[in-house]
Amino acid sequence: MTEGAGYITLGYLDVALAALLLCINAALSFSLNLGLGRKILIAGARMAVQLLIVGLVLKALFVSVSPWLTALATLVMIGFAGYEARARQETRFHGFWSWGLGAGSMAFAALVVTSFALSTAIRPDPWYHPQYAIPLLGMILGNAMTGVALGLERLLSVVYRERRSIEARLLCGAPIQTALQGGVRESVRAGMIPTINAMAAAGLVSLPGMMTGQILAGVEPFEAVKYQLLIMFLITGGTAIGLGAAVLGGAKLLSDDRHRLRLDRIYTRS
Amino acid sequence: MLSIRQLQRPGLGPIDLEVPSGKCACISGPSGAGKSLLLRAIADLDPNTGTLMLDNIGRSHMPAPVWRSRVGYVPAEPAWWETTPAAHFGDVTAATETAIRLGLSKDNMEQSMDTLSTGERQRLALARALELSPRVLMLDEPTSALDEDSTRLVESEIGRVLGRGVAVLLVTHSDSQTARLADMRYTMQPGGILT
Repeated sequence: MTEGAGYITLGYLDVALAALLLCINAALSFSLNLGLGRKILIAGARMAVQLLIVGLVLKALFVSVSPWLTALATLVMIGFAGYEARARQETRFHGFWSWGLGAGSMAFAALVVTSFALSTAIRPDPWYHPQYAIPLLGMILGNAMTGVALGLERLLSVVYRERRSIEARLLCGAPIQTALQGGVRESVRAGMIPTINAMAAAGLVSLPGMMTGQILAGVEPFEAVKYQLLIMFLITGGTAIGLGAAVLGGAKLLSDDRHRLRLDRIYTRS
Repeated sequence: MLSIRQLQRPGLGPIDLEVPSGKCACISGPSGAGKSLLLRAIADLDPNTGTLMLDNIGRSHMPAPVWRSRVGYVPAEPAWWETTPAAHFGDVTAATETAIRLGLSKDNMEQSMDTLSTGERQRLALARALELSPRVLMLDEPTSALDEDSTRLVESEIGRVLGRGVAVLLVTHSDSQTARLADMRYTMQPGGILT
């Protein structure tokens, strides 16, 4: 550890010491036959490699301050978020939409909310400065991803489970939008709950990660709180927009112009 | 009158069929032959091709919800979305009258859906379809879970509906029911061909 400009910098040995906890976890798992040891070690190693690469990429981006490289990083992040959201769904759409619906919704939400924050609250110069744009986008995208994945998973599973009662409503002359309303509402609620819970618990139960990071990096606590509030509002807005787009888009894909329930467009992995 | 030309979907058809107003067409055939698929296709629940006309108006010229209100369909296992039968009806008084004609009681209308028997749910589903005053009524084994007395009540209600000029398309495995109700008889062959 060395004293830096207002914060204590970490050496690789310091990080390695913390990683010992992970090794202890893995050892316990092996001795208790929990079957988690390998997973813990692989996930830990994967995280370390990913974050080190991201650190290098961010360093290069911050030096170049190029709009094209920032845009490229944005695209890559959206692509991975779409892949990750897809992987978390047990029931999926066939073909392109299994990835495209989640990725498209998250891209729309993250770009709208990040642009809003960059052009109003933060106003860096230039406006796309990667030091601000990329972390903001990452946080909004990460949370939108959780909401979108949960919302789509719930929508497809509810619609599959309730298919007979949905068709019963159609047979009574209801439009498909009305027949799907219950599923859409339930899915939006399911997707928003983690974000609402995080807001409700912030400060009381846990200190949010970003705020903790800023305080550790020497930022005055009240400044860190203001940043955290901004981020939480952006995350909630981004999650709601992405989730809304994904669930409404999903409901559209589950129907057609003859108000049919199109379960032939989805499949369950199990 | 319901007129069907070249109705097709995977596992079904092509099917040509005409059911005049006030007439009952009975369809029988082995399980899995495609009888329910035919009714679902006519109700436009599954993608299909063909020309369907109701009283000389093409299905494609009618929004699907309007088509399904006029061409009523009661599946073999009807489903529900509210907790009591009454909550599924707009006019509960009229629906209760229909339910009583079908051998149900007024109390059945406020009972929890979970506590109703299969036969009670079948008859309530018929009442629900009739509430929309359809021009065509498609029934998929509507008395499969009913005793003889209840079956007669349902058949008598079908007779009332026919008397009002509604065309009825009835899928049944019962030869005696076919004998009592059918103006036209068809058999669905495996592979979805109607003869």
